[in-house]
Amino acid sequence: MPLSLATLDPADIQKSQQDYLWTINFGPQHPATHTTLRIVLKLDGERVVDAIPDIGYLHSGFEKLGEQLDYNQYVTVTDRMNYISPMANNVAWHCAVEKLCGLELTPRCKYIRTIICELARISDHLLCVGAMGLDTGAFTYFLYAFYQREVIYDIFETLCGARFTNSYTRVGGLFYDITPLVVEKIRKFVQDFPAAFRDMERLLNRNLIFVDRTKGVGLLSKEEANNRGATGPIARASGVTRDLRKDAPYLAYNDFDFQVVCATAGDCFARYYVRMEEMLQSLRIVEQAIENIPAGPINVDIGERKNLPDKREVYQTIEGVITHFEMVMWNRGFEVPVEEVYCATEAPNGELGFYVVGDGSNVAYRARCRPPSFIHFAMFPYLIKGHTLSDVVAVLGSLNIIAAELDR
Amino acid sequence: MSGKSFLDQLKKEFSGKITGENLTALDPWIEVSPDGLVEVCEFLKNDPAAQFDLLNCISGVDYLEPDPKKAAKTGWEPHTEVVYHLSSTVKKHTLVLKVILPRWKDDVPGQLPEVPTVSHVWRTADWHEREVYDLSGVHFIGHPDLRRILCCEDWVGHPLRKDYEMPLEYHGIRGR
Repeated sequence: MPLSLATLDPADIQKSQQDYLWTINFGPQHPATHTTLRIVLKLDGERVVDAIPDIGYLHSGFEKLGEQLDYNQYVTVTDRMNYISPMANNVAWHCAVEKLCGLELTPRCKYIRTIICELARISDHLLCVGAMGLDTGAFTYFLYAFYQREVIYDIFETLCGARFTNSYTRVGGLFYDITPLVVEKIRKFVQDFPAAFRDMERLLNRNLIFVDRTKGVGLLSKEEANNRGATGPIARASGVTRDLRKDAPYLAYNDFDFQVVCATAGDCFARYYVRMEEMLQSLRIVEQAIENIPAGPINVDIGERKNLPDKREVYQTIEGVITHFEMVMWNRGFEVPVEEVYCATEAPNGELGFYVVGDGSNVAYRARCRPPSFIHFAMFPYLIKGHTLSDVVAVLGSLNIIAAELDR
Repeated sequence: MSGKSFLDQLKKEFSGKITGENLTALDPWIEVSPDGLVEVCEFLKNDPAAQFDLLNCISGVDYLEPDPKKAAKTGWEPHTEVVYHLSSTVKKHTLVLKVILPRWKDDVPGQLPEVPTVSHVWRTADWHEREVYDLSGVHFIGHPDLRRILCCEDWVGHPLRKDYEMPLEYHGIRGR
């Protein structure tokens, strides 16, 4: 403070404080926001006194679209929520729909979904830690991370034809079956990734510049993490031992041996470290799953009338023809119960939940999404208060805010 | 603690505030009256047997089916629901709370239905409630900063209400 404020009356104090503080616009277009989000920062010198997030620049009405598109069409919209790991969103959406319909997936489908979920987790964490390195000045590290992401993109391209917006899942099954070529590519990735991971670790884990910029920055205690609704790696970096893959196992997670990675520090470095270790655990799951994919169909039984049957069945069986007809006609479709479900999955960024209300037709009555980024961004002002302007990018990077998911 | 015994305990604790339940639904839920919501939430958060320390999600759903054919199929009366999904990171259990409101307060179109805020119980409710206010049009009494969050500040209407109509133009941008 420039002068003793004890003698001034409260209104004057507030006014002089307001005059004294700098107001800086961070975003909506800024290289370190990665996408379009805006923060109004109040600065005292270099210290952040207050941060006021202003979101909605990318609001495109995804929940409204969910009331227009049917359960299979909406999967293309979920791709565009967290576009860093679209596969995880696809799976989350269809997990909710299948819970609503009461469908039990085939073992093969469960395994394939688990594999793609974990690959998506690795690619998401690679982007997050890579971008965090980039924002704090480690450009080489970013390139190492992105090279591995590229390999995962290649796997997804071979699997479903799309690199970025996969739309791979369908109600009760998958778009395509996994092919031997994909299995081969995943095996190669499992083999090669640890070496690249070791390089990345050596570049950043004990890098003095990076450690100084992230240790003790953006502290989040365990109580605050729960109170503010943190989930996923951010909660686990604060010591919350919550992982839906262990607590409420879905898909095939029960079959695999893996550990929940936790830290207790709750700062940016802990969040970085948890993400790094989670990649190794995900790799363990992929390694176990890829060698044990059960044989059998990928889609639920044709009698469920939930997905398009195989062409061979359409041409050769009457049941196949009827199901195909029912699925293709826009006013027939499949029927869902008049019920509502909330289904949460452990997405790379945290708990990704969908609250789906079915009204009997093939279009959701309400498709509410619980995006992790939205909840995590709400705690940003709390995390940044008292830190310097240069820490803003470190904290933002560690939270992994994806604006498309934030605004939907 | 099973769902039934837990519900009995809640009913004993807050007689008259627990106004309904559905234990046979896919996601069993408990209905709480708006005036008892804060009490019930504080109890759920602090009770050692419940410990619902994580608020997953607050959703607003507007039930209104203009099509009589569909309305007969669903059997929904026009109303608005605010749904709270809670879970416990310690006990690993979940709970669904519902507050059922009229679509408009006192049935006067334009007056938003009202619920007390729980943002002082769980801080995460702050943005959730702003979003529900913005998109579904529910007024949260006592919220520290109830502004629109996703739509622009001068936006008219609440887009996820079923009787919402897209504006014809907005600042010179064509709407429909």
